[in-house]
Amino acid sequence: MNKTLKELKPGDKAVIKSVMGEGAVKRRLMDMGVTRGAEVLVRKVAPLGDPIEVNIRGYELTFRKSEAENIIVE
Amino acid sequence: MSYTFALVGNPNCGKTTIFNEITGSTQYVGNWPGVTVEKKEGKARKFKEEIKIVDLPGIYSLSPYTMEEIIARDYIVDQRPDVVINIVDASNIERNLYLTTQLIELGIPVVVALNMMDVVNARQDRIDTQKLIHYLGVPVLLVTANKGAGVKEVVEKALEVAQSAAAREADIPCKVFDQAIEQSLGKLQTLVKPWAQAKKYNARWVSLKLLEGDEKVKEKLDVPVTLMAEVKTYREGLEHEYDCDIETVVADNRYRFISNVVSKAIKKKNNGNTLTLSDKIDKVVTNRILAIPIFLAVMFAVFQASFGPVGSFTIDWIDVFINETIAGVLTSWLEAGGAAEWLKALIIDGILAGMGSMLVFVPQIMIVFFFLSILEDTGYMARAAFIMDRVLRKLGLSGKSFIPMLMGFGCSTPAIMASRTLENEKDRRLTIILTPFMSCGARLPVYALFAAAFFAQNQGVIIFSIYMLGIVVAVLSGIILKKFVLKGEVAPFVMELPPYRIPTLKGITIHMLDRGKGFVKKAGTVIFAAAVVIWFLQTFSFSFQMVQDPGDSIMGGIGKLMVPVFAPLGFDDWRAAVALLTGVVAKEVVVATLGILTDVGEVTEDSVELAAALQVYFTPLKAYAFMAFTLLYMPCVAAFGAIKREMNSWKWTLFTVAYQTGVAWIVALLIYQVGRLVGLG
Repeated sequence: MNKTLKELKPGDKAVIKSVMGEGAVKRRLMDMGVTRGAEVLVRKVAPLGDPIEVNIRGYELTFRKSEAENIIVE
Repeated sequence: MSYTFALVGNPNCGKTTIFNEITGSTQYVGNWPGVTVEKKEGKARKFKEEIKIVDLPGIYSLSPYTMEEIIARDYIVDQRPDVVINIVDASNIERNLYLTTQLIELGIPVVVALNMMDVVNARQDRIDTQKLIHYLGVPVLLVTANKGAGVKEVVEKALEVAQSAAAREADIPCKVFDQAIEQSLGKLQTLVKPWAQAKKYNARWVSLKLLEGDEKVKEKLDVPVTLMAEVKTYREGLEHEYDCDIETVVADNRYRFISNVVSKAIKKKNNGNTLTLSDKIDKVVTNRILAIPIFLAVMFAVFQASFGPVGSFTIDWIDVFINETIAGVLTSWLEAGGAAEWLKALIIDGILAGMGSMLVFVPQIMIVFFFLSILEDTGYMARAAFIMDRVLRKLGLSGKSFIPMLMGFGCSTPAIMASRTLENEKDRRLTIILTPFMSCGARLPVYALFAAAFFAQNQGVIIFSIYMLGIVVAVLSGIILKKFVLKGEVAPFVMELPPYRIPTLKGITIHMLDRGKGFVKKAGTVIFAAAVVIWFLQTFSFSFQMVQDPGDSIMGGIGKLMVPVFAPLGFDDWRAAVALLTGVVAKEVVVATLGILTDVGEVTEDSVELAAALQVYFTPLKAYAFMAFTLLYMPCVAAFGAIKREMNSWKWTLFTVAYQTGVAWIVALLIYQVGRLVGLG
């Protein structure tokens, strides 16, 4: 079942399927290791509701929900 | 023989520690030409060969999307250092090796230094160096930089590599990509070779960049249209084959290669599902309920320490030391030597006071940076940005701007310098422009004087409203400037949250001294010149006679000419104009100037005589407009020097002060004119 990373809740695990969008944001995400096949664990949501923190490739990464919307997971 | 080695690595990989370890105190810190990205250079100690070490900006990749990445890449491909020393955080090896795969392609010998081995050992993970060397095809050494272990060996290895000519000729040592990509690269390589060689670039790297559609490389090489058409065919072929854009395919390939290498060369004791100490700290610090109270407490503590009793003590102490102790000694010398009155005035009131107005900030800047380094090195700074991002995004800024803005309430000068922690240049510029709207401590005496004189019943409310006005103006300015001046793509907020670490005293001390030194050296020249010019203008008349009353000076003359400019704002007396002009030296000088010009003489902000004298020239409405103007117009020369240093551009520096002064004029005008219309005047 495909969904976006934004729909996941803290504690949820998934595997990255693809990153949508284009340009600098997409490139940045891929550079940081958000590429196909990477396992991602949603750690938490910031106290004010955005951004979110995930664990990927053994480190902690944060991005906004608007970015998470472009990440397809399964 | 002399050699140049470039240090490259991800942010938070311990690059600075290694740089300091190699170069000791022989480093030079500046900016890369034209941009405010830090440039550090130094010479390696303990080597008989002349070795220049260039510390490139901390980057995650060599994509051409951020200033730091472009600088690093251009430096490597155009300046061709003898060896690239790639620092890799061994405790976070997967993401760090991504940059490594890109560096290896550039065609410059690479030596990999696996740093943070202490963390790896503590986790009881095992790294097979031989396997890494085998797969990456470059030398790999183990380092624990914070204990100094292994650093010298890295430089020795790099030297060995630099001295062996064979390494230079070596082809790309590791095979990262799929067969399909390799085939296209192989064919393209022969076509691209003449253009690549003309620039001394690696043909394979150029082929790959053209394939990826890298505009920067295309521009640099000036490749003909026919060749680009060829490239396009290959790209479309690959994109069709993978059913995906080529950039994604390349990034996927790199990470797949890395995952493979890591799985073979590294044995992890635990699979990352158990919580580390860092995770546990983070659970509390960024907890939904506790995060904001903790954040506010940390900010309050840093603010108090920087601008509270300790900070103001250092300012007072240096002020007394320069303007009384040194001034006293110098005066008696000059008098004993029979120096002319103007020379005495130039040295004591001009040069010494000018130097003093700058030097008083040095300890405070160092205190601010002491705490900023701690926040940064422990990893809390990234969490602060994580917590505050939502709020600051409304201004078109990211979470990282919060700290400089907060510091602004203490003193604009170190606050502007604190904007260094922002990676994105546009965010940094906007932060620098907005920070002085946060009312600094030096403006308080002006508000206190006017509030006591005109709003005796509700001084607190009036002063608070001025502070709020500054924040409102900053918010509106952020929105407007982002829309019209600093427009462009919103910088992505994709940020690493580094593990919590205990900072080293050495690292923090070096950082603190660097900042203090940098401020004196760079800002010093601007502030010093400005202070001397202002002193001259308020000491001499148009006929170059020394005057006692600033009203008779050149500055007074200018002030009188400025009356029509300020009249619509309600300050229709030349004294107000002169006070504002002298306020550029330091905002609290406005009070002193008003004291002199109204014949009250030496005053403090709670002076009853001055308050009474001001009633003649101001009404409450005019006074409020004057306070608003004082809040918003260009900051003092020390802050001006810091703006110049951090903007690294006269255009932006002048834009900043012109914008601030323009906003001050408009806001004061609105207050006065609207106030009059509703009958407050």
